Amino acid sequence: MTSLTFESISVKYGESTAVSSFTDTVRPGEWLCLIGPNGAGKSSLLRTVAGLVKHEGRILVDGTPLDLRSARRRAALIAHVPQSPSLPDDMTTFDYVLLGRNPYVGYFGQESKHDRSMVHQVLDRLCLEEFANRRLGSLSGGERQRIVIARALAQEAPIMLLDEPTSALDIGHQQQALELVDTLRREHGFTVVSAMHDLTLAGLYSDRLALLHHGHCVASGAADEVLRAETLSEFYGVSVSVHHEPDGTVVVIPRRTAPLA
Amino acid sequence: MPAACVALAVAFLFGAMIGPAGPAWWRVPAELLDHLPFIRIDSGATELQSTVLWEIRMPRVVLAGIVGAMLSLAGASFQGVFRNPLVDPYLLGVAAGAGLGATLVFVVGRSTSQSWPVDPLPLAAFIGGLVAVLLTYTVGAGFGASRNPTTLVLAGVAVTSLTTAVQTFMLQKNTDVVRQVYSWILGRLSSATWGDVRLVLPYVLVSGAVLLAHRRLLDVLRVGEDEAQSLGARVDRIRLTVVIAATLGTSAVVSVSGLIGFVGIVVPHLVRLLAGASYRRLLPLSILAGAAFLIVADIPGRVLSDPAETPIGVVTAFLGAPFFILVLRSRQSEAR
Repeated sequence: MTSLTFESISVKYGESTAVSSFTDTVRPGEWLCLIGPNGAGKSSLLRTVAGLVKHEGRILVDGTPLDLRSARRRAALIAHVPQSPSLPDDMTTFDYVLLGRNPYVGYFGQESKHDRSMVHQVLDRLCLEEFANRRLGSLSGGERQRIVIARALAQEAPIMLLDEPTSALDIGHQQQALELVDTLRREHGFTVVSAMHDLTLAGLYSDRLALLHHGHCVASGAADEVLRAETLSEFYGVSVSVHHEPDGTVVVIPRRTAPLA
Repeated sequence: MPAACVALAVAFLFGAMIGPAGPAWWRVPAELLDHLPFIRIDSGATELQSTVLWEIRMPRVVLAGIVGAMLSLAGASFQGVFRNPLVDPYLLGVAAGAGLGATLVFVVGRSTSQSWPVDPLPLAAFIGGLVAVLLTYTVGAGFGASRNPTTLVLAGVAVTSLTTAVQTFMLQKNTDVVRQVYSWILGRLSSATWGDVRLVLPYVLVSGAVLLAHRRLLDVLRVGEDEAQSLGARVDRIRLTVVIAATLGTSAVVSVSGLIGFVGIVVPHLVRLLAGASYRRLLPLSILAGAAFLIVADIPGRVLSDPAETPIGVVTAFLGAPFFILVLRSRQSEAR
C-alpha cells in the first residue's frame, strides 16, 4: 500500500490562484475526499497529482518526490479518472481498457500477452466481458463509467484519483460505482483521492474529508467533523440541516429558504 | 487486410495493362510473370513493347503506388496526432510549404542544379514543408490548439495563404519559371522513371517505418492530450516525431509527383468506414489502399485526353472532392 503526501502545493493559472499551499498526507489505503464549491480547486489538485498541471511544492509517493519519475513510471503509480473522460465512439471496450497498459509498454513496443490477459481479467472482474467487442458509443452512462474505472484498474496503479466519478449518474449507478471503488480499494489496498459534490455520499464512502474554499483547505477530518451546518453555510453559502443516522452516517439535506406558499 | 492486398494487386495489374503504346493488355500478365525468377513465359510482346512496359509504364505504376501509400499514411498520421479527422498534409500547409521550397529552387535556377551532386528539389520541398507545418503548429498552439483542434486547421489555412502569396509574388517576379512550377504543382507521374522511384524510396521507407511504429501510441492519443499524458504518453514528443516523419515523406513524394490532393483525407476515411478507427489497422491498411487508389486514379489520366495527359491531381480532385463532401455530410448527420 502506498501513501501520498502533498507538500504546500500551489497552482496558479496566470494571475488567479487555484490551489494555495495545500498540505496533507493520505495514508496507505485511505480514501480522502475533496469537497468544496465549484472552482474551489478540487480538480486542479487532482490534476496536479496526475502530472497535468504546473505547480509549486512537492508531491511525494511513499516518500519519493513524483517529479523525479518518468511519465510512464508516474502512470504506473497513479491512475486518474477525469471528470468527463473522452470515450471515442468507435473504439471497442477492450481496446479502451487496453490503453491502461500503456505505462508498461515501451515507446515502439506492442502490448504483450500478459497485458491482454490482464485486460480480460479486469473486464471479467467488473462483469464487463460481454462488452469487450462493443463500441463505446453504444454503451449507457453507467456502463461507460465502469469501463473508465476498468481502464484505471488495468493501470495497476496503487493510487487512484477520481474526479467527480458519479456526477453524470443516477442514484442507483452512483451507488454502484462507489461500491465498486470501495470494494476494489479493499481488495487491492488502493489509496484513493476523489473530488465529489454529493456531500452525503462523500461522507459515506471516504475515510476523511478535506473542504476546499478558494484554493485553501479550510476544514479536514472525519465526516461528522467537517459536515456541520454552520461550516457548510459559511463556505457553500447554503442552508442545510445535517442529520446523524444511528450507524454514524452523516446526511446533508438542503433546506428550502423561501416560505412555502 | 487480405482484401486490401488483393485490391492493391488488382490495381497494380490494371495499371500495368492500360495505356497507349506498349503490348496488348492480355500480354501484360505473361510479360510480368516472365520477369519473375525461375519463370519463363513467352508473352509474345515485341522488344519495343516490352521496353515501353518496363521503362515507361512500370515506373509510373510503382511511383503512383508509393506516392499514394505515402500520402494516405501521412494523412492518417496527421489526423491521429492532431485528433482531427479533417486535417491532411494540405490543410496543415505542408504541401504549400513544399511548393514554396520547390519554387525557390526553380527561381534560383534549376538549370545550374544539374551540376549539383544531389537534386536539391526534394530537400527544398522538405524544408519548406517542415517550416510550414511547424509554423502552423506554433501559431495554433499559441492560440490553444491543444484544447480546440479547429484552431489548428485555421492556423493551417492562414499559413497556406501566406505561403501561397509568397509563392505567387515570386512567380510574378520570375515569369520565366511559371510553366515549370505549374507543371511541378500538377505533378509529373506521367514522365516517371526508375530514377524518380530511387529518389523518393529512402525518404518514404524511413518516414513509413517511423509512422508505423507509432500506430499504438496514436491509439493512446485518441483519448485526448491530458488523458494520454496521465497514461504515461509523452504527447509533445510523439506529436513532434510523427509530424516530422509525415512531413518528410509527404515532401519527398510531392517533389516527384507534384501536389496531389484529397488522397490523404479520402483514403483513411474509406478505411475507417470499412475497418474501424483503430490506428493499428488504419495505418497499414491506408498504405495498401492509398497505393491502390492512386494507381487506379492514374489510369484515366492516360486515356482520357490521349495522347496528351490529364494531370493526376485533376483526377484525384475530381474523385475526391465529391467524396469529401459526402464524408462531411455523413459526419454532420451523425452529429445530429
